[in-house]
Amino acid sequence: MLELIVAICILLSLILYAVMGGADFGGGMWDLLAVGPRAARQRKAIAEAIGPIWEANHVWLILVVVLLFTGFPIGFAGMMTALNIPLTVMLIGIVMRGSAFIFRKYDSKSDTVQRHWSTVFGVASILTPFSQGVTLGALSTGQIRIVNGQVVSGFFAGWITLFALACGVFALVLFAFLAATYLTLETKSQPDLQNDFRLRALWSGLMLAPIAGAVFLTSKHGAPEMYHGLTHWWAPLLLAWTSVMSAVALVALWRRWFSLARIAAISQVTLILVGWCLAQYPNLLTPDVTVTNAHAPEVTLRLLVLALGVGAIVLLPSLVFMFHIFKGKESR
Amino acid sequence: MSDFFFARSQMAMSLAFHIIFAALGIGMPLLMTVAEGMYLRTRQPVYLDLSKRWSRGTAILFAVGAVSGTVLSFELGLLWPGFMAKAGAIIGMPFSLEGFAFFTEAIFIGVYLYGWNRLSPFLHWISGLIVAVSGIFSGIFVVTANAWMNAPAGFKMVDGKITDIDPIAAMLNPASFHEVLHMTLAAFVATGFAAAAVHAFFLLRDRNNLFHRRALGITLAVACISIPLQILSGDHSARVVSRLQPAKLAAMEAHYRTQTGAPLLIGGIPNSETRTTDYALHIPRGLSLLVADDPNARVVGLEEFPQSNWPNVRIVHWSFDLMVAAGMAMLALAGWSGWLWWKGRAVAEHPWLLRALVAAGPLGFVAIEAGWVVTEVGRQPWIIYGVMRTEDAVTPMPWIVIPFVAFTVLYIFLAFIVFFLLRRQFLETPRPDSEPPTTSAYA
Repeated sequence: MLELIVAICILLSLILYAVMGGADFGGGMWDLLAVGPRAARQRKAIAEAIGPIWEANHVWLILVVVLLFTGFPIGFAGMMTALNIPLTVMLIGIVMRGSAFIFRKYDSKSDTVQRHWSTVFGVASILTPFSQGVTLGALSTGQIRIVNGQVVSGFFAGWITLFALACGVFALVLFAFLAATYLTLETKSQPDLQNDFRLRALWSGLMLAPIAGAVFLTSKHGAPEMYHGLTHWWAPLLLAWTSVMSAVALVALWRRWFSLARIAAISQVTLILVGWCLAQYPNLLTPDVTVTNAHAPEVTLRLLVLALGVGAIVLLPSLVFMFHIFKGKESR
Repeated sequence: MSDFFFARSQMAMSLAFHIIFAALGIGMPLLMTVAEGMYLRTRQPVYLDLSKRWSRGTAILFAVGAVSGTVLSFELGLLWPGFMAKAGAIIGMPFSLEGFAFFTEAIFIGVYLYGWNRLSPFLHWISGLIVAVSGIFSGIFVVTANAWMNAPAGFKMVDGKITDIDPIAAMLNPASFHEVLHMTLAAFVATGFAAAAVHAFFLLRDRNNLFHRRALGITLAVACISIPLQILSGDHSARVVSRLQPAKLAAMEAHYRTQTGAPLLIGGIPNSETRTTDYALHIPRGLSLLVADDPNARVVGLEEFPQSNWPNVRIVHWSFDLMVAAGMAMLALAGWSGWLWWKGRAVAEHPWLLRALVAAGPLGFVAIEAGWVVTEVGRQPWIIYGVMRTEDAVTPMPWIVIPFVAFTVLYIFLAFIVFFLLRRQFLETPRPDSEPPTTSAYA
């Protein structure tokens, strides 16, 4: 029971990371792809939107990691061993993204210097979510095998598969879609920019459908256990709900109901991750490591849940305060 | 060279890099908050300017500290999965708490840096205070986890299996208090002296610059208050280590033979073949006095332990001496500055003191790095002291040399950029003849 609570908290942190931190990466992608006469203003809007919050958003990932290694130490050790390569790539991306963003802000304002940092920032913003998607996908492939706590499937299993790579691309486009959708609300006072981001959100939102299809198709062979998980009674309901949300998001973007679009986009991401976890359940690292066979002793879990409760009391008001200040109505 | 060697090197390099930013991440928010507090009290614009400039430095340092810290949290598993699989359930607790403390820090640093014109001055100052306090807490939690590696507690080992886990006891292990105290003070000492050096440098060029005078005042106050406390806490640490990890203490002091009335050896070349330390300065009975307050006390030497359980004596001894020497030099400078302050004279009027302060700028960080080497290399060959050997925890992953080189190159590059960006922030400081800008409002 306790291990399930910890697992749900990990999922929650992951969802919040995707919804908040993911959008910051999406912002980096749009920075890289900024073109046309308004490119400079697009970059400025992106930088202003993510500047105050990206560091806090990033901590959700750290929370995922510490909860994982405290609650499921053997699972964590297995993941870090089998997925060493994509995770190392992700870390390099994280370091480059964060540094380039802050360096750009405090370095010379000359065009060449700014452009160089923008490129690093943008490329790292692609590298990181792609490797995150690949990593998450690899967990479901069933190709990573662990016997007696030791990884026996080598260092390339799982993540160099069509399915995992499709997951990587899916994460990229999903984050780009999220970012563009949020940015429509950040640029209310500049209708031309708002329309730029609206069109970007529409295009990336439309692209999501075929890529989601590719993930689903490749999962049949690439992640068979998860694919079978999707044959449960709840799966069509969840799938339908997700599709409705993505349709709502697209229609809302089209009709310029941007607040609704944001809610729908967030719901879409949440549902996708919830669906992935339900289809995975109870596997953490399919098929050998599960929520039930890899968790820490009960005393650790009990204290961890307690710490999560106390932490939430500190954290949630602080987060609300931060978003109220920077994303609240009066500040727009 | 083996993958094990590169795994250790990568971890050491990542920590050596991160610890500088972590220490500044604890120290700088204090400086900027003190400066803003002084502004709120006195309404002198120079303090507001100071706090804004320090906060810009903090922003750069914090970002690099945050990403390099993320790297470390993953490297625990990427490089030492054997350790994490066993230790995760025992010491995950402080890491989780650190997660929350760091979260609070990250939220409020955003609020502080971007909230100058969105919050009331008082709330803004409180945000800075929260950054400073949660930074201290982050440090405390992480150091407890390290202390546990040195003084494992809160579990039982039965036939190679870990049972009876007590995460609270693990967190409050016997090494926690002294390590936490010593590291936290170290952050203030290092930040204080480094920042003082920067402002002393500019004062040497322009004695009357009010901005740098005020800055030097605040930084020196932090440095001079924390260094004597740090020396005392160091003395306490050595005593605790002599109890908990006698082999480490013996290596720190290059003390091979168990003896009563043991001398204190300074410098020299430890020779583990002959088990002597050549060319060292001997202070008769010094070691016995230091660890037991008794000139005739018996101090256990390395010979009591199998040589396979010794850390590298030369590295540990020399690093220890380097740390102590740096500490003593800073203490002397603090004494000099404190004496002038007592006499009511301005430090800025003493060019030789200013020069000495500039020269001493890196000393705090030299001491931190050297001290960290003492703690970590001194713990070897154990990753969990007396329980698990480092070589048994390493990842089976081959070619660790690749990430090692990649991260080393990346970090060297980042270090250069950070240096030049900080320099930029300082070069924009008020010019000699200009008054500090009159900043009426926060905006």
